[in-house]
Amino acid sequence: MREIAYYEAKLEALREILAADERVHLITDTLTGFLGLSPHRARFREIAERYPERVISPPISELAFCGLGIGAAMAGLRPVVDVVTASFIFEAWPQVVNEAANAFYMSGGQTRAPVVFHVLHGLRGGGAAQHSHSPQAMLWNCPGLEIALPSSPRDVKGLLKTAVRTDNPTVFVDHGSLFEVRGPVPEGDEAIPFGVADIKRKGKDVTVIATSYMVQRSLSVADRLAQEGIDVEVVDPRTLVPLDFTTLIASVEKTRRVVIVDECRQSCGVAAELAARIAEAGFDKLKAPIRRVTTLDVPVPFSRPLEDFISPSEGRITEAIRTVLR
Amino acid sequence: MLPKLSREKLIDLCRRMLLIRHFEEKLILLHNEGRFSGHYHVYIGQEATGVPALSCLGPDDYLFTTHRNHGHLLARGAEPKRLLAEILGRRDGYNKGKGGTFHTNVSALGFLHTSAVVAGIIPLAGGTAYAAKAKKSGQITACLFGDGALEEGAAPESFNLASLWKLPVLYLCENNGKYGRGRAIGAAQSSTMAAYPLTDLPAAYKIPAEQVDGTDAGAVHAAISEAVEKIRRGEGPQFVETQTVRWPGSESNWPVVPVPTEFSLAWDLSAVPDAVKEWYRECDPILIFVRELVEGKVVTKEEIGKVEEKVREEIAQAAEFALASPYPELETALEGVFA
Repeated sequence: MREIAYYEAKLEALREILAADERVHLITDTLTGFLGLSPHRARFREIAERYPERVISPPISELAFCGLGIGAAMAGLRPVVDVVTASFIFEAWPQVVNEAANAFYMSGGQTRAPVVFHVLHGLRGGGAAQHSHSPQAMLWNCPGLEIALPSSPRDVKGLLKTAVRTDNPTVFVDHGSLFEVRGPVPEGDEAIPFGVADIKRKGKDVTVIATSYMVQRSLSVADRLAQEGIDVEVVDPRTLVPLDFTTLIASVEKTRRVVIVDECRQSCGVAAELAARIAEAGFDKLKAPIRRVTTLDVPVPFSRPLEDFISPSEGRITEAIRTVLR
Repeated sequence: MLPKLSREKLIDLCRRMLLIRHFEEKLILLHNEGRFSGHYHVYIGQEATGVPALSCLGPDDYLFTTHRNHGHLLARGAEPKRLLAEILGRRDGYNKGKGGTFHTNVSALGFLHTSAVVAGIIPLAGGTAYAAKAKKSGQITACLFGDGALEEGAAPESFNLASLWKLPVLYLCENNGKYGRGRAIGAAQSSTMAAYPLTDLPAAYKIPAEQVDGTDAGAVHAAISEAVEKIRRGEGPQFVETQTVRWPGSESNWPVVPVPTEFSLAWDLSAVPDAVKEWYRECDPILIFVRELVEGKVVTKEEIGKVEEKVREEIAQAAEFALASPYPELETALEGVFA
């Protein structure tokens, strides 16, 4: 299978989505076009120029343009709204969590809002406190939103396609550090259904459940530990809502040791929720306490050594794996 | 003044206004009896805004409304019995009991979503308008909110977008605090807006904006018809502020009915307590409309009496239906989160 870069797979998905369904509209700063600060962002221009009627550049009004995306979705379009940096979704919070997430439920099923919000989350090297959030745990606390977290070129393409097709509001939580990752991506449609976890690396000694960019980081740790004879299984839920807990717990039951790696904060984060569910479902199957590797519970400091210190680094992942194997 | 409409249309407007009034008065009684919990907001005093305004829209247009939605839904033809069932949290409510007074919507009538956050719908209205424009469907969106909505940032952000993109949306701002003193002394009317008159805010975004007396059905009808026409011609968003005087029954947090409405109050206020007489004499839009209908020789008092009698019956039946409707099955609380 051909190998392409993550950002190429993402652009390919956008191109194919626009070509396949004329209900799709992209609301995005056409200068960044879903690639944030990536040096490849100019590549989006070709898409914007090809679909001038369906790719629109809004003013810096997250609240209004996210709400506009929701309303347009209610009226039958399939808008994909680029919020760019995930921290900016807070500017649109009332529309995302209080209107979109509630619309189907509180209307008694009358109204669907199939909008996609695209964000780039996480530590990015110098993002400091206001450009480094990972809001997926907060979003998970708002029933009604589907949450996808791609971690590979194949996943970003396949999950983006499904995000546009699902009838529910979806938050597509991407990570800028993934853009250069290369990997196999099938030609053609290959939509990946939500709620299907992916075992990114098979192993028998310990399960690492990781999301988004932390999947890639965990895979490098696993490669390094393999040289010591430690066989790590890396499992990627790919979507938090819906969650494929069956695959996660099956892996944990097999290895009986689990480390959860996620870029949300430690408290009430994605790792906290997964740890709780695993403890409820299979505490008796565990040979060692669950370990979480997350961003530490402080605002993100600017200075690079400090940022690295609070991040779920390869060092901390390695240490956690060694601890559960002890 | 009376809207320039046929006799049948005028009688229909009168019927809808009375339906709203009797619905709301019944609702207040039901709340006083403890039939439903939670806070709620009634539309009394604004009937001559919603009814003629919504009569200017087409059947396929989109509408969004707020916590003060009962009048809008009824004006557009919602069934009182299903609306009431929803407000009472019953199975036969429009939203299966999951929305309640804050969120009742009737998508079949174009009301896609009802938000109880005062400006929550303003961004959404831009979205349906955007979709209609993209699809060239000719539909417009009516976004119905109160003066307080302008205090939230969603309003100016959305005005900017709608104006830039010339979206087909009507912003109808119902200012129900014409002589209010404001929550902050020195502020304009009932809102605490430095932008005053309120039309200054949309005007700053180059949205044509005008003010009209919301107790004058004819003036509302004329202003909204014109705004709707401009929107359909592709002139972009239009803003109309209607002004009414807050109904004294809403002065406290929990509404009370100082006197049950009947059309004959239009000529005889002896049953009205002195403290609220002035409102019923000067500001009650239904009594104004009824006087205009009779004095303009469009209808007789007897004819209006008959219309009101039928409305009363409909409301009584609606209450019976809603109270008989069972509460939803408990498991349904866990259903319908996702489509």
